[in-house]
Amino acid sequence: MSQSTMPKVTAGTSFNIRRWAPTSIIGTGSFLAIFVVLAALPYMVNLSLVYSMIDLFILLILAMTWNMLAGYGGMVSVGQQAFIGVGAYSMVVIADQLGMNIFLAIALSAVVCGLLAIPVSFLVFRLAGGYFAVGTWVISEVVRLTVVQVPEIGGGSGASFGAMSGLSKELRIATSYWIALAAVALVLLACVLLIRSKGGLALTAVRDDVTAASTSGVMVTAIKRLVFVFAGAGAGIAGALIAISSLRVQPDSVFSVQWSAFMIFIVVVGGVGTLEGPIFGVIIFWILKQLLADYGPLYLICLGAIGIAFVLFVRGGIWGLVSRNGRVELFPVGYKYSSLPKIDR
Amino acid sequence: MNLLDPIIQGILLGGLYALFAAGLSLMFGVMRIVNLAYGDFAVLAAYASLVVVNAALVNPLVALVFIAPAMALIGYVLQRTILQRTLGLSPLPSLLVTFGLSIIVQNLLLMFGSADQQRLTLGDIDTASIVLPLDIHIGVFPLAVFILAIVILSALSWFMASTQYGRLVRAVSDDPATVELQGVNPKQIFALATAIAFGLVAVAGVAAGIQTSFNPTSGSMLLIFAFEAVIIGGLGSLWGTLGGAMILGVAQTVGAAFAPAQQILAGHLVFLIFLAFLPNGISRRKVRA
Repeated sequence: MSQSTMPKVTAGTSFNIRRWAPTSIIGTGSFLAIFVVLAALPYMVNLSLVYSMIDLFILLILAMTWNMLAGYGGMVSVGQQAFIGVGAYSMVVIADQLGMNIFLAIALSAVVCGLLAIPVSFLVFRLAGGYFAVGTWVISEVVRLTVVQVPEIGGGSGASFGAMSGLSKELRIATSYWIALAAVALVLLACVLLIRSKGGLALTAVRDDVTAASTSGVMVTAIKRLVFVFAGAGAGIAGALIAISSLRVQPDSVFSVQWSAFMIFIVVVGGVGTLEGPIFGVIIFWILKQLLADYGPLYLICLGAIGIAFVLFVRGGIWGLVSRNGRVELFPVGYKYSSLPKIDR
Repeated sequence: MNLLDPIIQGILLGGLYALFAAGLSLMFGVMRIVNLAYGDFAVLAAYASLVVVNAALVNPLVALVFIAPAMALIGYVLQRTILQRTLGLSPLPSLLVTFGLSIIVQNLLLMFGSADQQRLTLGDIDTASIVLPLDIHIGVFPLAVFILAIVILSALSWFMASTQYGRLVRAVSDDPATVELQGVNPKQIFALATAIAFGLVAVAGVAAGIQTSFNPTSGSMLLIFAFEAVIIGGLGSLWGTLGGAMILGVAQTVGAAFAPAQQILAGHLVFLIFLAFLPNGISRRKVRA
């Protein structure tokens, strides 16, 4: 969006814009406290719970970035598994085969996926609405069918991830957990900062009314492309984490459309187009998983039915109910003018 | 290498894809929704046909006489109860709901069926073929599906262009509010269009079940092929869709002639080339989405 479309604040007027409201102070404080508790979790609970939390963090990262894409940008992608898979394979190549540091490798995997998202966006942005969704799905199939042809990364049977095999099982799982937790915190921070930035203002405008945003000078396609790249990089981080936690990258699992199903469920139930939604959604997802995961297909049928019920009857999700549709925010992304412009004396 | 044979097989395969694409295209044209569960309903019809065949010992085509109306009824009820509530300016609700339906249908099939590949059979007709000069074999069943596709597309196109109901459908797709002012209930029209699309999907699903094999998760592939045919053909053009389906079919069979394992990928790549260089498809119409 161009500089000239923003209102100029002339000398002598003083705006006092408040970002922090009481709820966002309490909310952010609570999240920091929860983060500290979660960081200490491997010392408190058994290993299998810690391990299952890693999966939850991966889904949360996917849900948060998909929410930016669909909830804010209006782009319903069911092909994020393209980037999950490329992220996972990048991790194998960069950390294992090239022997780079794991943290650097995660960051590079995100960069690889972000770069891949640029040419992909030029293709799929030609499709609108529903056809965009199927278009992203085709891209993920093309990526999968291409990746399984490369014998250097295991072809159809996949590749194992050995960069952390030097660690004992306990330490390895705890380390993976901390890496995943740190990734969640960073992605959440990135989402908050993105929404607070000028681009985020444009994005929120696109979410609320794309025509009005466009006539107000928002460069809709550019901002959508930015979000598409952001979400691609986020899915890449999730893929890198899958490689770390499962020690094996299998094409059928990393490129599975089930990732899209889970991330969409989390966002829909939590609240589409809010930063808080995916966090509440992932908690509900976790509870349902504990209750129903043993039932196999029935579990997925329930998730589908609950997701549909939320779209039809509770469109704002759980967070929409709690916040009375956006009047409360747990992150400092709101705006409040605390004083009117003063006339220069 | 003799490419004439794969090209002919590809054109015939295009008939099957055109059958799929017609219903998808119809729902999008009338209601602006893309039904992500579309392929799964086709597989559901194929399984239903399998059940009828096994229970009543009739052939799949007889079973289709019952299954097509049953699927149409399901489509009608689904539109009136669920899909109607998702219509609006944003495509988000309808996509989320149909994606949910896709997961439900797939897992219902996994629950009551098995994950194995299944196949419907017509007996000898499955493998019967007409031998032409130059050693070209034309399968009787693929040929029949191709002719059926042309008949159905002609019927649909005549129906939309020349009947009172077709005019109503087109009017509703342009401006539902004005049609309602004329005393017609758009919801009824939407539901009837969905019923037709679901009837078509039953025909396509059973045809695909005879021509190839299927399993509970093969629906997403069918959706993708139908979508590719629609985009290559160009939105809003029924005959463009047939052309797109034939291009996709030829891309797959010719691709398979060069590298047998790359049939699907070849189709996808040709689709991406069309998307990159001819985004309005071969019919080159511009359609609001």
